[in-house]
Formats: sequence, C-alpha cells, structure tokens
Amino acid sequence: MARVEDKVVLISGGASGIGAETARLVLREGGKAVLADRDLAKGEAVARELGPSATFVALDVTQEADWQAAVAKTVATYGGLHGLLNAAGVGVRNTIEDCTLAEYRRVNDINSLGTFLGCKSAVAAIKNSVQGKTSGGSIVNISSVLGLRGSAQAMAYCASKGAVRSLTKYVALYCAEKKYNIRCNSVHPGYIDTPMIAPRLEQSWGNRTGREFLEDLHPLGRLGRAEEVANMILFLLSDESSFSTGSEFVCDGGLTA
Amino acid sequence: MSELSQQVAIVTGGASGIGAATAQLLQEAGATVIVADIQDAKDCPGRFVPHDVASEAAWQSLLADTLQREGRLDILINNAGVGGGVGNLENTTVEAWRHTEAINSEGVFLGCKYAIEGMRKTGRAKPASKGSIVNVSSIAALIGSGGPIAYSASKGAVRLLSKSVALHCAEKKYNIRCNSVHPGGVDTAILNPVWQIVGREQGKAFLDAVHPIGHIAEPRELAELLLWLASDRASFVTGAEFVADGGMTAGLQKRRIFGAG
Repeated sequence: MARVEDKVVLISGGASGIGAETARLVLREGGKAVLADRDLAKGEAVARELGPSATFVALDVTQEADWQAAVAKTVATYGGLHGLLNAAGVGVRNTIEDCTLAEYRRVNDINSLGTFLGCKSAVAAIKNSVQGKTSGGSIVNISSVLGLRGSAQAMAYCASKGAVRSLTKYVALYCAEKKYNIRCNSVHPGYIDTPMIAPRLEQSWGNRTGREFLEDLHPLGRLGRAEEVANMILFLLSDESSFSTGSEFVCDGGLTA
Repeated sequence: MSELSQQVAIVTGGASGIGAATAQLLQEAGATVIVADIQDAKDCPGRFVPHDVASEAAWQSLLADTLQREGRLDILINNAGVGGGVGNLENTTVEAWRHTEAINSEGVFLGCKYAIEGMRKTGRAKPASKGSIVNVSSIAALIGSGGPIAYSASKGAVRLLSKSVALHCAEKKYNIRCNSVHPGGVDTAILNPVWQIVGREQGKAFLDAVHPIGHIAEPRELAELLLWLASDRASFVTGAEFVADGGMTAGLQKRRIFGAG
C-alpha cells in the first residue's frame, strides 16, 4: 500500500523547492496535493505537470482570508484534508544593527504569522477528516537549523524560525489535549539547493563562490536536495510517524552536530 | 566601591514583577537604574521613564535621554512583556497575535538594536563599559505548554534573536554580551488572566504543584539570575539560554500548564 494513500495534503510554498518536491512525493505515494503559493504562473504549471491529483490555489500566507479559501477549495476538490505542510518562507540576511522594524515584521509575518495562520485555518478541516479514525492528521512546519542556532547575519530569520519551533510544540499539545488526532512537528533543514538560496549561491565569499562556502559548512560537504527534506516530510505526513508529535526533525547534513 | 557603580542600566517593564525586583538588585549593586515602563511607577528604584517598548520613536528618545543625562549605557534588561491573554490555536485573532508580537518580540528587537547603538557610542569613550543585554524569554519558548500560542511564538523568537545578537556583537568585537532567560511560573501580574479564570488560590496551588521545586517563583528569584548575567561575573557567557523554572522543564509533563482553553 502507498504510504499516504488517499491523504489530501495542503502545501504552502508548493510552487517550488521543498514544497513542490513534497507534492511530487505525496502523489507518488498515493495522496493528493494542493499547491498553495503566491507565484500563480509557477504554481499552476507545477500542478498541471503533476496531473489530476494535484491542484493549485493562490495564497498569501499572511492573509487569513486566503488561508480559509485555500482550505475550502481543498475540501471541495478532494473531499477532505489530512495533512498541512507550511513550507512557504522567506530567507533574508540582516543583522540586529541594519534590520529595520518594517523588515523584521515582514520576515516574521511570512514565516511565523503565516505558519500560525496555516495551522489555525486547517485544523478544523483536518479534525473533521480524521477524528475517530485510525489514520491521523499531520501538520509539518518548516523551521530551519537557524531555528536551533543563531546567526549574526540572519537575525530576523532566526527569530521567525525560533517562533515556528516553539509554536509547533504548542499546536502539538493543543491538538493532543483536544483529542483531534492531529500531530504537529517541525523540520529543520540545513542549506537546501532551492530557489530560496539561489541568490546566495552566486555571490562570492573571498575567493570562493557562495555555493562552495555553503557546501563547506555542512559536514557532509554538500548542500541538501529538496527531495531529501521531502522524504523526511513524507514520513511525518504519513502514519509511519504516528507516535511523533511536538518534536524537532533535523535534516542538515550534520551542520548542527 | 560597589560592583556596578558607574554603570547605567535600563530595565523595561521595571514598574512591577521581575523588572522591579531586578531594578532593585541592580541599584543595590551600585548601578544607575532607569525604569522604563508603560505603567506608572511612583516608588520604583531608580529613575522612572514612561516607555512603550513597541514604539521605535520611544526607544530613540529613551536612548537619547539616557546618554544625555547619564553619559553612557552598560546594561539593558528587556523584561517588558505581555502574556497575551488565553488565546488558543483556534481563537487567537491576527490582531491579538500582532499585539503580543509587537511587545514581546518587536519590543526586544528594538531594545537590542538601540542598546547596541548606545553601548557602542559610550563604550569606546569609557573602556570600563562592558555591555550586557538580558532578554526575558520564557519556558514557553522551550515547551508547548508554557502559554498561549502567540506568547510561545514571541518567546521562541526572543530565544533565537538573542543568539543572533550575541554572535553579531562577538563578531564585531563590541564587547557586548546577550543572553536569554527562561522563567517558569513567577508570581507577577502576567498571571492575572489565569487567576481571573480559576481564582488566585486555586490557580496558585495548581501552578505550585507543577513546578518540581513545589512553588512558583518570587520575582526576586529571577532577578538574582538577571543581575548575574548583567554583571561581569558572567563575562564568558553569551548567546546562551538560562532556565529558572523550579525544575519544570527538567522532567516530563503530560498536561498543558498555562493558557488552557
């Protein structure tokens, strides 16, 4: 039997990177995926390529009404909702001295408020699809290694990913206490070769390219691939991880070891 | 000479609770203390300045005023915070979320940003200045049962923000340290929403029991830790997390503790 047979998964940031790779994997393992993204052209193209088990919906993660519409469309299209992947995010470099309040708020809105609104908007629909069933619901929030460790050059990003790490545990305990049959975990990737870090790969760092610099940070000596993170996410979305909730799953080539 | 004589400290939220107890200890240790709070504090130790931590303009004027009057800044205690009521995953509005973030997360961000500016300006002129920033986070950053969801998120942000600030200052050789403190239950006004739901006596008995040490903290018990981190006794300590929670996160808990609902 496929690993997420008949499970419907809503994916923010589904048009590219880790989100799109996860959608591909969910479909391969028998599920349905709703790709939600701000990038309409790319999102629609990926959904078309994946076929009838995938569909696209426009989503600005900072807008609660967008989230409600995305959840409603998911349930209308596939008849339920079982998994949520909060993969949309923005990677920004700034320090405590050069970051403005507006920029701090923008990064936290997308990464942290956006994740909260995803959990808030999806929880009732997931509960309705899974409560009392053997097979449960699962929410996966993408934090970062920078939700575990600080970085002088990514101050606002670290704060937002620290918020995701902490709120994930709240959601896990809340759903457990309410007996919703929904688990919630955070995933902490290292540097993954996705569009989010593409600009950094091109920059030079002394006599090295950005890619060489970032590869060298990881004990495994390379960047991660989106499908490697997607493999971890699929495990968390599936019932294989049925006893894991409120936990931190690191996928970082040894970076934080 | 007292340990902190000639040092200038700002304590946000210093009118009550952990802030007031810390202001008291800093003053006893010889520091010039500025109590910056949105609530009035008539009898507080040190000098009271009305201050809204969520306002960038307020931070600019607090810094300018401090440097003009005292000539330097050595210590910032980012203690001001709100509990954020009892909002849960399903009933917390965006407005309530933003209110909590503005004070607990953006307020600490602004505090660090302007304190670094102030400490840098005065540190060079007065080499004795060794800056220390202490950010009050919470066990809600560490475990899922420590408070309402917006509170958990805001304190998780403070936890990682503190590390990034510490690393930045270290990299720039600013001689400024930055750490986060994670209190468990402390008997302050932040628990008023809990008391309103279950009554103080019953609520306190419950909270006392979930702390392995048998009671929630008096503000003074946190102030001692904040004082230590503010002082040069903690000179090798930066970017770290300091838990003072009566043992609550040392073991296993089954239940959500605060903000049930």
